[in-house]
Amino acid sequence: MGLETKPLSTLHERSSYDVADFPVPTGREEEWRFTPLRRLRDLHKGAEGLGKALVEVEAAPEVKVERVGRDDPRLGRAYVPGDRVSAQAYAAFTEATVLTVPKEAVASRPTVLRINGEDAGSAAYGHTTVIVEPFAQATVVLAHRGSATYADNVEFVVGDGAKLSVISLQDWEDDSVHLSHQHARLGRDASFTGFVVSLGGDLVRIAPSVAYDAPGGDAELYGVYFVDAGQHLEHRLLVDHAVPHCRSRVDYRGALQGQDAHAVWIGDVIIRAEGEGTDTYELNRNLVLTDGTRVDSVPNLEILTGEVVGAGHASASGRLDDEHLFYLQARGIPRDEARRMVVRGYLGQLVDRIEVDEVREKVRAAIEAELDR
Amino acid sequence: MATLEIRDLRVSVGDGSDGAKEILRGVDLTVRSGETHAIMGPNGSGKSTLAYAIAGHPKYEITAGTVTLDGEDVLAMSVDERARAGLFLAMQYPVEVPGVSVSNFLRSAVTAVRGEAPKLRVFTKEMKAAMDALSIDPDFAQRSLNEGFSGGEKKRHEILQLEMLKPKIAVLDETDSGLDVDALKVVSEGINRFGAAGDTGVLLITHYTRILRYVRPEFVHVFAGGRIVEEGGPELAEVLENEGYEKYVKAGASS
Repeated sequence: MGLETKPLSTLHERSSYDVADFPVPTGREEEWRFTPLRRLRDLHKGAEGLGKALVEVEAAPEVKVERVGRDDPRLGRAYVPGDRVSAQAYAAFTEATVLTVPKEAVASRPTVLRINGEDAGSAAYGHTTVIVEPFAQATVVLAHRGSATYADNVEFVVGDGAKLSVISLQDWEDDSVHLSHQHARLGRDASFTGFVVSLGGDLVRIAPSVAYDAPGGDAELYGVYFVDAGQHLEHRLLVDHAVPHCRSRVDYRGALQGQDAHAVWIGDVIIRAEGEGTDTYELNRNLVLTDGTRVDSVPNLEILTGEVVGAGHASASGRLDDEHLFYLQARGIPRDEARRMVVRGYLGQLVDRIEVDEVREKVRAAIEAELDR
Repeated sequence: MATLEIRDLRVSVGDGSDGAKEILRGVDLTVRSGETHAIMGPNGSGKSTLAYAIAGHPKYEITAGTVTLDGEDVLAMSVDERARAGLFLAMQYPVEVPGVSVSNFLRSAVTAVRGEAPKLRVFTKEMKAAMDALSIDPDFAQRSLNEGFSGGEKKRHEILQLEMLKPKIAVLDETDSGLDVDALKVVSEGINRFGAAGDTGVLLITHYTRILRYVRPEFVHVFAGGRIVEEGGPELAEVLENEGYEKYVKAGASS
């Protein structure tokens, strides 16, 4: 597996399976400039994979689960690493999980992958490939918890007419570091919903990306995060419209509270010359609840064709709106309760879309717990 | 029997810098439950400032005077305490609060004002009946607060809150503006409905005399230059209808 030569646009120039193709980042690079490298525990400098993240799968009966070695030909076909840590993870994992949803099968319940970190003291690497064959449908939950220093790549191969809904929940302990690339490749008329919920961890950097192989693909990417004092939660999205008539929607919302709570959101959308009839919109909003927080929100839209249905983006970060609080208080609702209602409402519009009841309730409870702090 | 007493109220609005501007320049007004008062005046006369100052909006600074409700110092209370004490402000521009549903909002407000949570079934029934009386589509209960509501829908929703919260004193800030005649009638009926119960004092702030065809005030106060410049009965509204505010604007400016 050599160097992938097809250059992505100026937004993502490089991709390779070989770690050596990516110099060790210094922090000045565009893709690393917001990330505190000192807190990466050498994941970007070839940290040896001595740690362990246990993977448990609770699968729907229709879904085939396999643990495979590095040489399995299905691995790495959908996704080529786009940065050094991703390439490092690809080079270093020892075992991968492959989930297959057979052609036309409709999974009767969500398939849950629990990734349990046992020790953040040494690095662990992982790889997951989810293959949804044509016209099949499934929901997959990636539940990350425990203590870990973990880098992984996740590939979603969504076949023609297939539907995949994924929820990646980062519910790590405070000492965890997690860097993950989650790439979806969509066939003709395939649809993909990627939900990322980041709550726990010292440093979490998730990079969801979508590419389309054929027209008619539809991707919805949602994210909810709650950043506490000292936490760095980063989400870097890339939607690559390289074929005609595909759609994408991105809506990421976060709340921040406490000293040095840092949220980063990068939303890259490329509409290539071939991507005529593209319909895309991306949105990021950040609600700043206290002093001392920092938000970096950067939407990038690169459009190489004039023939689009729609292309837009928006980013807004700000404090709780005094007028919102005044309105609720003017109806007798005490200030603290008013504040909770506004935050709950703001995040709830996305949380309500989480289709798996158990996860939705868990996220709701986690938000309540955050508001109690 | 409740009494709202406003004495020599002076209010400034500042942008945080030194250029605070005095908007209310000594307002005296008494509103008792069962009474309906209209405050009328030209744009910029300070009518809305009076409404927001009573409700406690942080933008307005009280520089002198008192506001009491049954002898209690309203100005010492937080915004929510004022509402729980029995004051209500129907806003001219109700804000949109995404993700907070009308029913959740109403139930939280009713719980806060009444001091205990109503049983869900009882509450739902009560809300439905109140919505029905104001010709509000039942689907509104599940929609985000004021989000995507038309001007008329927002105003009806304000009156809905008023009817459910049953305040002692209700201040309605230009509730009639932006309403077509049908909506105006529905809103006015709502105001008359709780006015007729005799437990609520109404302070109706308006620029136009139109609403006074449907809601009859016993007292009319003309507001200009940040104070009340003339008072009378309903006949004063008719004078205003014919003559406009011109002479008060001059009087207010020169005082």
